[in-house]
Amino acid sequence: MIIEIGHYALVLALATALILSVLPVIGARRGDAAMMALAPTGSLVLFALVTLSFGALTWAYVVSDFSVANVWENSHSLMPLIYKYSGVWGNHEGSMLLWLLILVFFSALVAVFGGNLPDTLRANVLAVQAWISTAFLLFILLTSNPFLRLDPAPAEGQDLNPVLQDFGLAVHPPLLYLGYVGFSVCFSFAVAALIEGRIDAAWARWVRPWTLAAWTFLTAGIAMGSYWAYYELGWGGWWFWDPVENASFMPWLAGTALLHSALVMEKREALKIWTVLLAIMTFSLSLLGTFLVRSGVLTSVHSFATDPTRGIFILCILAIFIGGAFVLFAWRAPMLKAGGIFAPISREGALVLNNLILTVATATVLTGTLYPLILETLTGEKISVGAPFFNMTFGLLMLPLLVAVPFGPVLAWKRGDLLGALQRLWVFAGLSLFAGLAFFYIQNGGPVLAIFGLALGFWGMIGALADLWYRGNFAKVGFSVGVKRLIGLPRSVFGTAIAHFGLGVTVLGIFAATTFGTETVVEMKQGASVDVGGYSLTYDGLRDAVGPNYTESRGHFAVSRGGVEVADVWSSKRLYTARRMPTTEAGILTFGLSQLYVSLGDAMEGGGMVVRIWWKPFILCIWGGALVMMAGGFVSLSDRRLRVGAPSRKAKPVKARLEAAE
Amino acid sequence: MANSCTFRIVLAMILALLASLPAFAVNPDEVLSNPVLEQRARNLSAQLRCMVCQNQSIDDSNAELARDLRVLVRERLTNGDTDDQVVDYVVSRYGEFVLLKPRLSAKTVILWATPVLLLLVGAIAILVFVRTRPSQRAVAALTAEEQARIEELLKK
Repeated sequence: MIIEIGHYALVLALATALILSVLPVIGARRGDAAMMALAPTGSLVLFALVTLSFGALTWAYVVSDFSVANVWENSHSLMPLIYKYSGVWGNHEGSMLLWLLILVFFSALVAVFGGNLPDTLRANVLAVQAWISTAFLLFILLTSNPFLRLDPAPAEGQDLNPVLQDFGLAVHPPLLYLGYVGFSVCFSFAVAALIEGRIDAAWARWVRPWTLAAWTFLTAGIAMGSYWAYYELGWGGWWFWDPVENASFMPWLAGTALLHSALVMEKREALKIWTVLLAIMTFSLSLLGTFLVRSGVLTSVHSFATDPTRGIFILCILAIFIGGAFVLFAWRAPMLKAGGIFAPISREGALVLNNLILTVATATVLTGTLYPLILETLTGEKISVGAPFFNMTFGLLMLPLLVAVPFGPVLAWKRGDLLGALQRLWVFAGLSLFAGLAFFYIQNGGPVLAIFGLALGFWGMIGALADLWYRGNFAKVGFSVGVKRLIGLPRSVFGTAIAHFGLGVTVLGIFAATTFGTETVVEMKQGASVDVGGYSLTYDGLRDAVGPNYTESRGHFAVSRGGVEVADVWSSKRLYTARRMPTTEAGILTFGLSQLYVSLGDAMEGGGMVVRIWWKPFILCIWGGALVMMAGGFVSLSDRRLRVGAPSRKAKPVKARLEAAE
Repeated sequence: MANSCTFRIVLAMILALLASLPAFAVNPDEVLSNPVLEQRARNLSAQLRCMVCQNQSIDDSNAELARDLRVLVRERLTNGDTDDQVVDYVVSRYGEFVLLKPRLSAKTVILWATPVLLLLVGAIAILVFVRTRPSQRAVAALTAEEQARIEELLKK
């Protein structure tokens, strides 16, 4: 019964979304307040209905109702409770429902916090959100219904894919979707602005918190996914340039660009048209990512055929929304007035450079991801585009960006006069460093890139601190006055500094872990020892153990340093009984920011075990840096001026006059 | 799922139904005694695709075929091949598909040109934009009314 209520709620949600798609737009055209007022109320109803539906599916998982096909396929009565909850989105249908839930959640947020938006804008934004909701509701109901029943009901489920039975599944998809789908709000704002044919700095002010929130969650989601892959897959890699990863990385890159261009637009009213275009592109990449992952087109061209309806359905959604938005853009963008001017060396100039590089990087990842697919479809020829390609192209693009990051915040808006001399010196300092490294390379052939990369990491961190140093004007006014000055600064300044610092930490972690990390592959017998990263590991043999829904062989290792035992670690190979599927659970020991990563290989004849041990110095900086970036996002979000839906009303009349001045 | 090959899925939001099996790359018995050669072998292996896996280099994969290729690479290196010769040999046997970083050729020219061209076009567009805008816009002086309004605001 509860399942049917969930199903029915979804159908009602579709009806609500259809009404919401049409009436508020008409209301906004005619200036009909009652029709426009439907938008916020309707969005809340829509959210309530989808929540009810999601709740019903969750209930089916928690009570292991195997009469529901989706639960039967992806759950097991013995599965720990947390995985019964997270298992709801550990499959295609459920994850689409989660996608939808988060989409309508954001609509509801706009409805609640959008009280100070102009009525027409709010009505249009919520209507565009409803268009997207309608498309995905149709997709779920027509091709991916999670509420289908089985008759007779099986007694036991088929278990969740063991790789997904992890805390990571509980956190990673919701965070990722909060980011991915959060960009829908930026998209809706952009489309609404295009429909109204009007856009100004206030628009950027309204959009920026949403961008920032989505970006923050996406950062967290990607970092979490990366760490999950790192510890779960068992060979210590943390980023593979896998198409699925790229699918989530592209919206992040475009979203980062959007965050920065919206800043220019808000402060200087420049880059309006570009910002609108970026807002459309960012969410388009989110949609594209959803399509690539959900249609299975990436796994192989042929798996597309295994479920053509789903793939084609999402492809249609993709074509309608992306195509429609771009047509609207081409039609309406010329009507938008372009704004402010600025000199090349200025804060705006730096942000434009940021946008240029990030956009090219996004396009590079996009081409690299889709190229093999398109080439094979068009010519039948197969090529591979993998990590070496992305490391080279993406890496080369990121180097100048990382060099430039600390410059941005210390430059003045409009014209960076004051710091001009200093900048020129910095450029020469950079050139000298470059020449020195080149010289070193010619002489030694040594790890120049590594030194450069490590320096880049520190440069990002120190540069962020330097920004605060200059803002507090510590050099002139002394420490105590400097601190007071800092306290008086808006929080978004700290947000920027913190996020840029985090970027530096991540870069440092990447280069430190790749440069100083070691890999040891040995065959070990019981009692044998091996030295890794200054630690000595002694293998203590295998033991068998039984978990709730798996059996495992656990290898035990004693870890000592300088003859003193400091820790011990278990590394195991599991067999999940329901699916007869083996997995490895790496043993990971954390020392400060560094980790020892122990993974069991095959058993050899004569009782030995192949053991792989990685020493990963400063590896935690990679994800720690992402956490710091996220913290920067939240600090910036807490800025009074940026608080969701809190742009001051005062700004508008001034705005109108400024426009009149143009 | 019988596994001569390991499917590696990356967990990022995939939630796909493919099975991911533990991946085990280089085994102790494959490792060359000469550390310089071994390092070269590792570097080369990271550039070569495991043909039966998804987006995985032979260095990362535990598939039989990946193992054969790793051994092959090491044999060629031990026989004195240069890195390029090894790659050429592997490509001649398995085709371009084996390269994770495709070579520049007629069919990959768009792939390689995209970043370069976009960067150039973008940079030129920005330069043109920055250079032409001020001349058009700087002339738009304030009207007397606006000037008065500004003074009024400044006095506050």
